[in-house]
Amino acid sequence: MAVMSYIEAVTLAMREEMQRDSQVFVLGEDVGVRGGVFRATDGLYSEFGEDRVLDTPLTESAIAGVAIGAAAYGKRPIAEMQFADFIMPAINQIISEAAKIRYRSNNKWSCPMVVRAPYGGGIHGALYHSQSVEKIFTGVPGLKIVTPSTPYDVKGLLKSAIRDDDPVLFFEHKRCYRLIKGEVPADDYTIPIGKADVKREGTDVTVITYGMMVHFALQAAEQLEKDGISVHVLDLRTLVPLDKEAILEAVAKTGKVLVVHEDNLTGGFGGEVSAIIAEEAFFELDAPVRRLAGPDVPAMPYSPTLEKEFILNPDKIAKAIRELAEF
Amino acid sequence: MATEIKMPQLGESVTEGTIAKWLKKPGDPVAKYEAICEVSTDKVNAEVPATFEGTMVEIVAGEGETVAVGEIICKMAEEGAEPVAPATPAVEESKPAATNTSAPAPEKAAPTGKRGSGSGRFSPAVLRLAQENDIDLTLLTGTGAGGRITRKDILAAIEQGIGKVGSAPTPRAVSVEEPVVVPTPTVDVDTALSTTPIASKPAVGVVTEEGDIEIPLTSVRKTIASRMVQSKHEAPHAWTMMEVDVTGLVELRNKMKNDFKVREGVSLTFMPFFIKAVSDALKEFPVINSMWGGDKIIQKKRINISIAVATDDALYVPVIPDVDELSILGLAKKVNTLAQKTRAGKLDLSDLQGGTFTVNNTGSFGSVMSQPIINQPQAAILSFEAIVKRPVVVNNMFAVRDMMNICMSLDHRVLDGLVAGRFLARVKELLEEYTVDSTF
Repeated sequence: MAVMSYIEAVTLAMREEMQRDSQVFVLGEDVGVRGGVFRATDGLYSEFGEDRVLDTPLTESAIAGVAIGAAAYGKRPIAEMQFADFIMPAINQIISEAAKIRYRSNNKWSCPMVVRAPYGGGIHGALYHSQSVEKIFTGVPGLKIVTPSTPYDVKGLLKSAIRDDDPVLFFEHKRCYRLIKGEVPADDYTIPIGKADVKREGTDVTVITYGMMVHFALQAAEQLEKDGISVHVLDLRTLVPLDKEAILEAVAKTGKVLVVHEDNLTGGFGGEVSAIIAEEAFFELDAPVRRLAGPDVPAMPYSPTLEKEFILNPDKIAKAIRELAEF
Repeated sequence: MATEIKMPQLGESVTEGTIAKWLKKPGDPVAKYEAICEVSTDKVNAEVPATFEGTMVEIVAGEGETVAVGEIICKMAEEGAEPVAPATPAVEESKPAATNTSAPAPEKAAPTGKRGSGSGRFSPAVLRLAQENDIDLTLLTGTGAGGRITRKDILAAIEQGIGKVGSAPTPRAVSVEEPVVVPTPTVDVDTALSTTPIASKPAVGVVTEEGDIEIPLTSVRKTIASRMVQSKHEAPHAWTMMEVDVTGLVELRNKMKNDFKVREGVSLTFMPFFIKAVSDALKEFPVINSMWGGDKIIQKKRINISIAVATDDALYVPVIPDVDELSILGLAKKVNTLAQKTRAGKLDLSDLQGGTFTVNNTGSFGSVMSQPIINQPQAAILSFEAIVKRPVVVNNMFAVRDMMNICMSLDHRVLDGLVAGRFLARVKELLEEYTVDSTF
């Protein structure tokens, strides 16, 4: 099995789907000749040509709008937002159109579109290249939101997203792109959207998280194992639809839950997870549900010191887990 | 700052005590080791000494109130500490004067939980697991922050089978015997025992008519009731009886008893011979000298014989330890001492602890057959019935012999009929070996 980086898995999934289905095409800023600023579409232009790998103007509203129109026409567009931070001009298209087409047309129309967007910080990207934007969309019915953490999950989930008949926001943590490597099977597998994954079995504290934080949580778990604290790590993989069953199962493993995300605390998706646990797993709880998240400040700072302060890391997660374990 | 004085542990198996009398009132100076109150438990009366010199500040548990071990009974200010104003008597009076054990109020039960829980607060998971698995949280020790019982603590307890409602180490109904040292008892005691003594449950269908007398339960009566129900409920009783020809023993005793009385100052009864025979037979069949330990059987090394001693209104089972080391004379003296102490109400807790097998002299009041209830957690109890002259066939001829029935109840979890029968046959044999010329 080939070991590849997270971003190589992104590229591979798109290439395989474009080979499999001629309706699949890619559009975005510099995705064509340049191969994408992160090189996610590297080689696709030469393989599939300018008709299926479209360089667009710097207009995210248009990228999303064109994709929605094409999807309505029966195409399967993969629209790339160069950074998730730049998705803001496209929000009206995504929320008002893409999310609602099926409902508004009484099921006559659908929007089989994928919006890929690199999100998250820790790469010295500062204010406009570090944001986590998932919570803007998680409360909007009609969208599916996928946040994979490993190359294996990326390939399987991106393929599912492309084949899905409804709009999927596919958030790729940009720090994972070249940092996270893993084995990716060459075969044509998919991972169903809406299924969480236990990344580590444990008995003392359950960490529920997604994206880059999965890796930090796993590192924290390694650290704590030496001290006899056994950590259960659940990777949500998909935020919408949410795998409630997996959450409740993970809660029942330990009775102590830490929900972690890089996105800021207030209104963050951890609140939704915590509420579900409180409502449906009350009698499994052995400690108050705890959330660990980015601070409620407007954006990731540029100063390396402040960036380090802002972003979570394995030590911060380990500290929170330890506190829960000792409760 | 007043220091809280708690109900002391007045014996290994004692879980609560009733304040009989306060010897100090708020404001009184108290010397170190001076008695501050009298406490009566199921079996003993004791004084609670002060552990430091100081002043009585407040009496928390009023006279007649039954208080669990570890609960606050009063508050004292330490000598030299900041003076604390004695609490107004109203505090004392506002306490319900007689919560008197018959129905322990819920808040009485709660404080024992402090031991395990730290704060006495339990997480939803812990409460649910306790409920589903019949775990008494007060029996567990917490490893969480501030001694909190964690979900893991309770899962471990379930796995190890400890903390079952009503199980050791602190059954609420006090046992007469010291509980067996059983590290992981899974004995499923009647749940009633842990919170409400059997005896205090209102009986269904009992109608009181004019002229009937209601006799309040004494703590001893309640203990007897609880223990008997517990034993019958827990231990599957099997029963067996043998006839013993004690003609030789009767002759021997008749010959010796006057001299013995003059020489030793105690009467020579049959009891020492019975105990001796039991002791010797137990040596040969040590499995009889066992206890049910939940997930194991504990074969006791020491042979400590409990003897049932009746008073007019109660039954006590004091213990003669290490009977295998005693002669007939030694046994006679021990039996005599314990009987006197029992009737005088002077038994110490130490007199009541550690029994491994019980001998019951039911013959003393003329019974010829009885089905004794096992003195838990022992495995068996043996009754010696009345010695009566009966015609029996000896060498194919009728003969008049002194005959006695011996009846044994055994815990069929621990023992089977065969070994019990062999043991009983050996007791019979040992007793029949006595002749008028035997020496002891």
